[in-house]
Amino acid sequence: MPLLEVKDLKVRVEEREILHGLTLTVNEGEIHAIMGPNGSGKSTLSHVIAGKPGYEVTDGQILFKGEDLLAMAPNERAAKGVFLAFQYPVEIPGVATMNFLRTALNAQRKARGESEYSTPDFLKKVREVSKSLNIPQDMLKRGVNVGFSGGEKKRNEVLQMALFEPSLCILDEMDSGLDIDALRIAADGVNALHSPKRAMVVITHYQRLLNYIVPDIVHVMSKGRVVKSGGKELALELEASGYAQFEDAA
Amino acid sequence: MPAVQETVERVKRIDVDQYRYGFETLIESDKAPKGLSEETVKFISEKKNEPAWMLQWRLEAYRRWLTMTEPTWARVDYPKIDFQDLYYYSAPKPKKTINSLDEIDPEILKTYEKLGIPLREVAMLEGLEPKPGEQDPNRRKIAVDAVFDSVSVATTFQAELKKAGVIFMPISEAIREHPELVQKYLGSVVPTSDNFYATLNSAVFSDGSFVYVPPGVRCPMELSTYFRINERNTGQFERTLIIADKGSYVSYLEGCTAPQRDENQLHAAVVELVTHDDAEIKYSTVQNWYPGNSEGKGGIYNFVTKRGDCRGNNSKISWTQVETGSAITWKYPSCILRGDNSRGEFYSIAISNGYQQVDSGTKMIHLGKNTSSRIISKGIAAGKSQNTYRGLVTAHRKATGARNFTACDSLLIGDKCGAHTVPYIEAKNSSATFEHEATTSKISEDVLFYCIQRGLTQEEAVGLVVNGFVKDVLQQLPMEFAVEAQKLISISLEGSVG
Amino acid sequence: MNVAVAKTGNGRAVSDLFASAEGRLPGSPSGIAVRREAFETYERLGLPHRRIEEWKYTDLRALVGEVLPLAAAPDAAALKRAAEAVKAHAIAGARKLVLVDGVFAADLSDVKALAAEAGFRTLRETLEKDAGLLKTAATDAVIALNAAMATDGVVLDIADGAQLSAPIQIIHIATVASASAFTRSQVAIGKGARATIIESFVAAGAKAYQVNDAVLLSVGDNSDVAHIRLMDDAPDALNVTSHFVTIGANVKFNFFNMTTGAAVSRLQGFITLAGEGSELSANGVNLLQNTEHGDTTLVVDHAVPNCVSREVFRAVIDDRAHSVFQGRIIVRPDAQKTDGKMMIRALLLSDEAEADNKPELEIFADDVSCGHGATAGALDDSLLFYLKARGLPEKQAQALLIQAFVGEAIEQIADDDLREHVIGIAERWLERRQ
Repeated sequence: MPLLEVKDLKVRVEEREILHGLTLTVNEGEIHAIMGPNGSGKSTLSHVIAGKPGYEVTDGQILFKGEDLLAMAPNERAAKGVFLAFQYPVEIPGVATMNFLRTALNAQRKARGESEYSTPDFLKKVREVSKSLNIPQDMLKRGVNVGFSGGEKKRNEVLQMALFEPSLCILDEMDSGLDIDALRIAADGVNALHSPKRAMVVITHYQRLLNYIVPDIVHVMSKGRVVKSGGKELALELEASGYAQFEDAA
Repeated sequence: MPAVQETVERVKRIDVDQYRYGFETLIESDKAPKGLSEETVKFISEKKNEPAWMLQWRLEAYRRWLTMTEPTWARVDYPKIDFQDLYYYSAPKPKKTINSLDEIDPEILKTYEKLGIPLREVAMLEGLEPKPGEQDPNRRKIAVDAVFDSVSVATTFQAELKKAGVIFMPISEAIREHPELVQKYLGSVVPTSDNFYATLNSAVFSDGSFVYVPPGVRCPMELSTYFRINERNTGQFERTLIIADKGSYVSYLEGCTAPQRDENQLHAAVVELVTHDDAEIKYSTVQNWYPGNSEGKGGIYNFVTKRGDCRGNNSKISWTQVETGSAITWKYPSCILRGDNSRGEFYSIAISNGYQQVDSGTKMIHLGKNTSSRIISKGIAAGKSQNTYRGLVTAHRKATGARNFTACDSLLIGDKCGAHTVPYIEAKNSSATFEHEATTSKISEDVLFYCIQRGLTQEEAVGLVVNGFVKDVLQQLPMEFAVEAQKLISISLEGSVG
Repeated sequence: MNVAVAKTGNGRAVSDLFASAEGRLPGSPSGIAVRREAFETYERLGLPHRRIEEWKYTDLRALVGEVLPLAAAPDAAALKRAAEAVKAHAIAGARKLVLVDGVFAADLSDVKALAAEAGFRTLRETLEKDAGLLKTAATDAVIALNAAMATDGVVLDIADGAQLSAPIQIIHIATVASASAFTRSQVAIGKGARATIIESFVAAGAKAYQVNDAVLLSVGDNSDVAHIRLMDDAPDALNVTSHFVTIGANVKFNFFNMTTGAAVSRLQGFITLAGEGSELSANGVNLLQNTEHGDTTLVVDHAVPNCVSREVFRAVIDDRAHSVFQGRIIVRPDAQKTDGKMMIRALLLSDEAEADNKPELEIFADDVSCGHGATAGALDDSLLFYLKARGLPEKQAQALLIQAFVGEAIEQIADDDLREHVIGIAERWLERRQ
C-alpha cells in the first residue's frame, strides 16, 4: 500500500480553483521533489495535505496509509504521522520551545494511545536529538521561533521532525530565506532523518536544494497539475531550460 | 512546564455553568437584620465587641456614605443595587470561643477542603509538610487566614509568626489587641470618604486580615487569606490592612471563591498597604468568584478599592492579580509613590468570558523624587464579555525623575466580545519619563494552525498561546499561585473557541 | 457660564447672547427654530467642565469662563486689515475663501477661479433654504453653541471625478477684540475626486477674541483628499473647532493639524470610516508656550471592515503650557480586519509644562490589529550634550532636536509643498523661542 495517494485532487480558495486534478503517489522511504514556478499550486498541495483551513476540496481524495486523510482534523493527521515543515514557521511569544515540544509530542502520543513521556524521559530525548542536530540548549528555552534567525527556525522544524518521528515529511520551500551554510545544515538534518520507513516530499522552486537532498522522483507542477515526473536528472534539466516549456503542457 | 501540561489536560468542553467551586455549605449563621442603617452599623460593631472609637469611625463613614452616589464612569452595566435588600453581616454561629482548628465547625473545614485550601498545617503543600516542627526549612510555607463569609475562622502558623514578631490576625481581633496600630493606619491610605464603595466598606466591614511586620523583619512565610462568599444575599465587606515597617518584607496571597448563586452578590472590599523606608509588600490575588451562568444570570459584583502607600523612601509595593471570576469587576489596585526612590508595580491578567464585565487597572501616582512604576496588563476577552483596562499614571510637579513603563495587551477570542483600553497619562514634570504601549489582537490563525499541525487540538492550541500571552505576569506570582492561576485561565476560557 | 437671561416674546428664557445675535443669524424661520433648540441644549449643558469625561483636561469653565458677544460684521477698516492678513498667510497657488470675524468676505476670496472646479455657496445662502447643516450626529455644548450662533461659513461641493488643480484655503481672520466668531462650513467631496483643503486661523490685530468653528466633511468612494488645519490665532484667543468627517470606500484621507496659537484651543475631530478599504492618516503637532493650553481630541470610528488608520501626534510644551491629546480608536462589531495605530509623544521643555495623554482603544471585533503608544519626557540629555560638544548653543541644539521630534508627525503630510510650508511654521516657532 502506498504511504500517500493523492487522486485527482481539485482545490479551491475563495471561489478560485488552484489545483485542477492533481495525482501523486508516494511510497515509504521515497524522496519526492515537487518543483514548479510560483503560483503553480505547490504550497497549496502541502497545506491541503496538512489540513490548513481556507481550502475547499471540491473533488478527488487523499489517502494516507489507506485512510481518508481529508476526513481527519489537522491534529489527527499530525498524530498519524503527517509532518509539515513550514515555509515560514510562526513565532509564539511566551511559549518556551521546550514546553511546546513536550506538549505537542505528548498530544500526539496520547492521540495514538501511547503513553506520555515523563519529564525526565522527555528531557533526555530532546537533549539527544538536539545534540545530534547541533541545536544549543538555550534556544529551547526561548519562545517558539521568537527572535530566531531564518536558519534557526528551519533547524527548529527539523528538530520537531526528528522528535515526532513522522512517516511523511513535507518540506515546504525549506530553502527560502536561507543562505548556503544554513541550507546545508538544515539539509544534513533532513538527510539524517531519512529512513526506509519515512518518506519525504520536498517542495521547492529552485534546484539548488536538491543538491543537498537528493530525490528519487521529481515532479514538475504547473497551473495546478503535475505535468511531468521523472528521475533526479529532471531537476537539472529544469535548471538548464526553465519552467517555460511546461507552461504550455499544462 | 508541568503546569501547562496539566492545563492542557484540564481543558475539557464544559459550560461556564459548571462552575467548579459552586457548592454551598449548610451551616447555621448569625445575621444582622436585612438592610443598612445606623442600627446595622451598631449591630456589627457590637457583635465584634469593638471599642467606642471604632463604632464612631464606622458611623462617620456611614453618614458620609448617605451623601454619596454610585460611580458610573466604569464600562460596566448592571441593574441598580438595592442596598436595603442586603444582609451586611453574617457570621457562622459560634458555639464557643475558638482556640484551635479542631474546634472549628467541621462543615466549614470541609468547604475549605473542597476548595483545596491548605487550612490544616499538615495539608500544606499537598501533604509535603510532614508535621509542624518537622518542616524542611527550605520549603516555602504559607500561613492562612481563612475568611468564611464575614469572620476569620482560623489562623494558622500564628505561633511561628509570633516568634518573628509578625502580627497576622483577623482585623476584628487587631482592633481589640492592637488598637494603637489600627488607629494609626486604618483609613490612612483609603480614607473613609474615598469613594462610594470604600465608604460603604468603612461603615460595615465585617472582617479581614491585619498584618504588621516590624522593622527589619523578613516575614518567614507567605501569608495567605482565602475569601469565600457563602451566605445568600450577604454583601461581603472585607477590610485588609498590611503594614511593612522600616526595612521589612512580606508577601501576601489572596484567593477568592464563591459558591454558585442565582442572585448577584455584592463584594466591596478595601485593602490598604503601607510601606515605610526600605520596606516591601508583594500582594498577589487570584480571584475566581462565580461569574454568573451562561446566560449572564447571577455572579458576584466585585467593587474593590485596593491601594498601597509607599510612604517611606526606597519602599516598594507590587500588586499581581489574576482575575478570572465575578460578573462585574471594578478594581484598580494602586500605588501612591510618596517616598523618594519608591517603586510601584502592577501585573494583571484579567480574563472575561460569558457575560462577564471587567473594568480594572491601576493608578500610579508619582509624588516623590526618582519614583518608578511598571504596569503590565494582559486582558483576554471571550464569549460575550467586555474587558476594559483603565489606568492612570501621573507625575506631580515635585516628582522629578519619575519613570513609568506601561504595556497593556488585549487578546480577543470570538467576535461577540469587546476589549478596551483607557489610559490616562499625566506628566506635570519635564524630568518625568513615561512610556506606554498597548495592543489589541486576536490569536493568529497561522499560529493556531502551526500548533494544530504539531498535534494539538484547537482548544489546547488556544490554551498554549494564551498561557504564552500572559507569561510575563504569571512569572510574578509565587509558585503555588502560578500553578493554580494557570489552571484557572484554561478553565475560564473553556468553550470559548468553537 | 454666567449669561444674563432675558425673556423673549413667546415667554421662553433665552440669554442675552442669543437674543442679541438673533437678528444677525441667517436662516429660514425653521432654521431659527433649530438654532433656538441648539441654544437651549447649550444653556442646559453650560460650558464643558472637567467632570465631563471628554473635557476632563480642558475645563472651559475654568479656562474661559464666559462666551463673548458676537463680533460685529466687519467694516471697511476691518476688511483692510484682513486683506493684509490674507497676504501674509495665503498659501501660494491656493484658492482662497476668506471669513472675517465670522462673515464671508467675497472681495478677498477667489470665488471666480474656484467656480470652474467646485460648487460654492456661503453658509448664509445655504441656510435660507436648508437648515440641515445645523445638525450633527455628535453634540456637546460647544457644538450646540456653534449650531445656534454660526453666522457664516463656506459650503463646497466637489463633484464626482473632480481633480482640483489647486488647493482650497479657507482663511479665518479675526479683526475685533473681545468678541466671538462662529463659523460652520461643509465640504462634500464626490466619488473619485482629488482635493486639498487647507484651513488657516489668524488674527489681524485682534486680541482676546473667541473662535468656534465646525466643519462637516464627507468624502466619496475612491477619492484622495488632504485636509490641513493651521491654527495660529492670537496668543490670548480661544479657538474651539469641531470636525465631523465621514469617509467612503477606498479613500485615501490625509489630515494634519498644527497648533501654534491661542491661549486656549481645542480641536475635536470625529472621523468615521464608513466605507471599506480606506486609509486614514491623521496627524498633528502642538507647539505651545507661555500658559497656552492646546487640546487635540480625535475619535476615529472604524464602522466597517478592512480600513487602516494611522495617527502620529507630537506635542512640544514650553514654559507653563499644557498639551492634551485624547485619541480614541473605536472598532465596531463588524469592522473586522481593522488595522488601527496611534502614536503620541510629548516633549516637556520646562519643569512647569504639562502633558496629558489619553489614548483609548474601544474594540468590539476580534480580527483586528490595533495599538497605541504614548511617551512623555524631556529632551535626551546625552543628545543635547553631543550637539553642544560639537559647538551648538543650548537653544539651537534644542531646536535641532525638536525639529526632528516634530518632523516625525510633519512628514506624514503627503503633499511636498504643504509639508515644506508646515516645516517652515515649526522653524519660525523655534526661532521665536530663541
